[in-house]
Amino acid sequence: MFDVSILFASVLNGITTGAVYALIALGLTLIYGVLHIINFAHGASLMVALYGVYFLKEKLSIDPYMALPLMVPAMFALGYLLQRGVINRASHGKDENILLVTLGLSIVLENLALLFFKSDTRNIETAYTLTTVNIGPAMIALPKLVAFAGALVVSSVLLAVMLYTDLGRAIRAVAKEKHGARLMGIDVDHVYAMCFGIGLACLGAAACFLLPAYYVNPLVGSGFVLVAFTIVVLGGMGSFVGALVGGFLIGVVESVGGLYLGESLGQVGIFAIFIAVLLFRPQGLFGARA
Amino acid sequence: MNLLEVSHVSRSFGGLRAVHDVSLRVPAGSLTALIGPNGAGKTTLFALMSGFLLPDSGRVNFDGVDITGRAPHLNAASGLTRTFQIVQPFASQTVRENIAVGAHLAHAKRSDALSAAEAVAQRVGLYGQLDQPAGELTVAGRKRLELARALATQPKLLLLDEVLAGLNPQEIQDMLPVVRGLVSSGVTVLMIEHVMQAVMNLAEHVWVLSQGQLIAQGTPREVTQNQLVIEAYLGHGTAARLRALQQEIA
Amino acid sequence: MKDFRAIALFVLLVGSIPLLTDSGVVLNFVMMALYACLLAQAWNVLGGFGGQFSFGHALFFGTGAYVQAMAQVHLGLNPWATLVLAMAASAAVGLFVGTLSFRYGLKGSYFALVTLAFAEVFRIVALSVPFTGAGVGLMLPLRESVGNMQFASRAGYVWLILGLVTLALCVTAGLRHSRYGAYLQAVRDNEDAARAIGVNPFLVKLWATVLSGGLMGAGGAFYVQVFQYIDPALAFGPHTSVEALVGAIVGGMGTLWGPVVGALALHVLADVTRNLFGQLPGINMVVYGSVLVLIVMFLPRGVGGIGLGWFKRTKVSMPDKKGRA
Repeated sequence: MFDVSILFASVLNGITTGAVYALIALGLTLIYGVLHIINFAHGASLMVALYGVYFLKEKLSIDPYMALPLMVPAMFALGYLLQRGVINRASHGKDENILLVTLGLSIVLENLALLFFKSDTRNIETAYTLTTVNIGPAMIALPKLVAFAGALVVSSVLLAVMLYTDLGRAIRAVAKEKHGARLMGIDVDHVYAMCFGIGLACLGAAACFLLPAYYVNPLVGSGFVLVAFTIVVLGGMGSFVGALVGGFLIGVVESVGGLYLGESLGQVGIFAIFIAVLLFRPQGLFGARA
Repeated sequence: MNLLEVSHVSRSFGGLRAVHDVSLRVPAGSLTALIGPNGAGKTTLFALMSGFLLPDSGRVNFDGVDITGRAPHLNAASGLTRTFQIVQPFASQTVRENIAVGAHLAHAKRSDALSAAEAVAQRVGLYGQLDQPAGELTVAGRKRLELARALATQPKLLLLDEVLAGLNPQEIQDMLPVVRGLVSSGVTVLMIEHVMQAVMNLAEHVWVLSQGQLIAQGTPREVTQNQLVIEAYLGHGTAARLRALQQEIA
Repeated sequence: MKDFRAIALFVLLVGSIPLLTDSGVVLNFVMMALYACLLAQAWNVLGGFGGQFSFGHALFFGTGAYVQAMAQVHLGLNPWATLVLAMAASAAVGLFVGTLSFRYGLKGSYFALVTLAFAEVFRIVALSVPFTGAGVGLMLPLRESVGNMQFASRAGYVWLILGLVTLALCVTAGLRHSRYGAYLQAVRDNEDAARAIGVNPFLVKLWATVLSGGLMGAGGAFYVQVFQYIDPALAFGPHTSVEALVGAIVGGMGTLWGPVVGALALHVLADVTRNLFGQLPGINMVVYGSVLVLIVMFLPRGVGGIGLGWFKRTKVSMPDKKGRA
């Protein structure tokens, strides 16, 4: 129905978006894989990060890509404190409580943003916002390509940390066997908080890559939440590879779906996938059977 | 008459053969036991009998009806009820309310179920704790509650999974007559048990499971003198060493 | 029995308020407070008694609201008839979502996610389909009469919502004193143990979803009658889902009066906040979210929970999910 070149462009677009989605999903899947909690506040945290990047540009003229070394540690700290100070204290050992607390946090964050920033959509302008690059018959915005590359780099760094550092080993130990890890002298509470911090740090990076090609408003988080969950569930809860593959898949589905069905109904396609996976293959593509 | 007939039942998990080609027959009105070292597959066998797990092969017959893989709640309605090794009280509810859930299988009206619950509590010795939240009970209390809840369903066959585990000697002494009383009231009982004192005292017939397979069966005395059984518990070659020791002493 | 006597007393007391005062402010407050109670009670049936936490209860609310509006606008039916239709429709949606979710064994977070997803799907569909008025929404034509469920004074609406709340209270009281209710709570507390003693968890949870959905749909229909307008965001947006669940949790899940107390408390809090800070966008939700976090942190059994604690004077030690006391 559509010209091949338009389809090609759509797929390419989907892949570049998908890389950033993958980065977002990585944080979520890490948090689930280790802490076994579904972080409902993930979308709202991304929104907070986006506003951070936005204000760094508007008030301090710091380019989003330059803001990486600021945003990533800042979001890490936020995540660490939230987990240690709020979520851990609220859980009382029961999963339902964590569900409710992260929901509550997401509501608070989103609506505080609404309160302070109103519902205006804001975006930034940089020297390269409008630059495009030709790939074959398609024109891709430069920021999207940078996002693609950046997301891949950050994901690789994260994987390296998980596989080759002591922290990564500790995290994997705790994920597999919490009590055994504690008996080996690993401070489980600290590891949990580190994990949550890393999960949010991924969002910090994602925000830096996202803003030049995108926008921010208080409700942008909820738009990402379900997409992120879909990716994590599709890829398999706790699976890194799954988050990456899932991210690309969903990015492309969203892009091509939007092309054929219009933006709104294209979204329904994603939710349909989400519901279908939850029902028929809850372990996703690469996850372990719960 | 055989109330429960298990025929060549097998179940694997991935590469692990949890239960392999097990057959047994539980006569109506009997008190029998299933023993074996840890990890032998006893609880898995209970799960297969009661419908919590589907066997890979083999059949389970209860009261003349093939119930292989039938859902647990349907089996309970037909008179086959199981308890759990790790006790599972309805922690936020009182003892009375807990037992009443079981009683509701036989009584539709709330008031009937609550009175029936009281009667059952009386039988197992929980009468004094009827209005306590189940979460507050001691281990012994929770074991009794587990038993009471199952009893309230008016079962024909009760599968008791380690109902004596975690009890101190006095508590065990107190429980034995309760279990014996079950059979005299017409309930067939098959128990998984590690407490050998209870097995020797109560069981008419014993099956021994080791590494998923039935290695021996008979009266408690026969079974505890069986070489294979001793080796299953104490390790290969133990039987020979024991005999050698006995001969030395003699 | 005690519960029904208490409900009768409640109805008498609250029902007499419109007879005692003409004040629009007071009646409006009572009306909206009761409305909040209904939402919390509806959620409580599935969440508090059934232990299945739905994060997208707006799904049922919006269905009820849209059916109430569409049946009047497109089919010209009488609102009292459409109220029954609306409740039936939202109950049917409950049947659909419940069958799908429980057939495939969804629990806990997964169930919460699925309800969220369904609510979003319905919202997007409502946004895209002309039948529902798309983004513009639907308006009820103004025609005041009792027969048309549009009352000249707030009093009529107060009695209407009181009737619905009473229905919800009776359903809840029924849960506390029936075999079905005992089965539902057993499934909530320990599904495997319940199965072993004759409970069919699938049917039990399904029926709870149907009941909960129907009651929530009544809330949606009521909303449309009062505000005479509905659109996709109002119908299926997260605001209603959150209001319902926070009200029930704050007040005490799985109790008869907990949601009433919780919804009332939240409503008062929201009103006070509005008076202190003005009509700021999002301030309500900040309050709800903060209260949720605080309650879960410090009073996980809700306000009703500490009440129980005072009465019983026992130190209850609940085993955590691994069975440790």
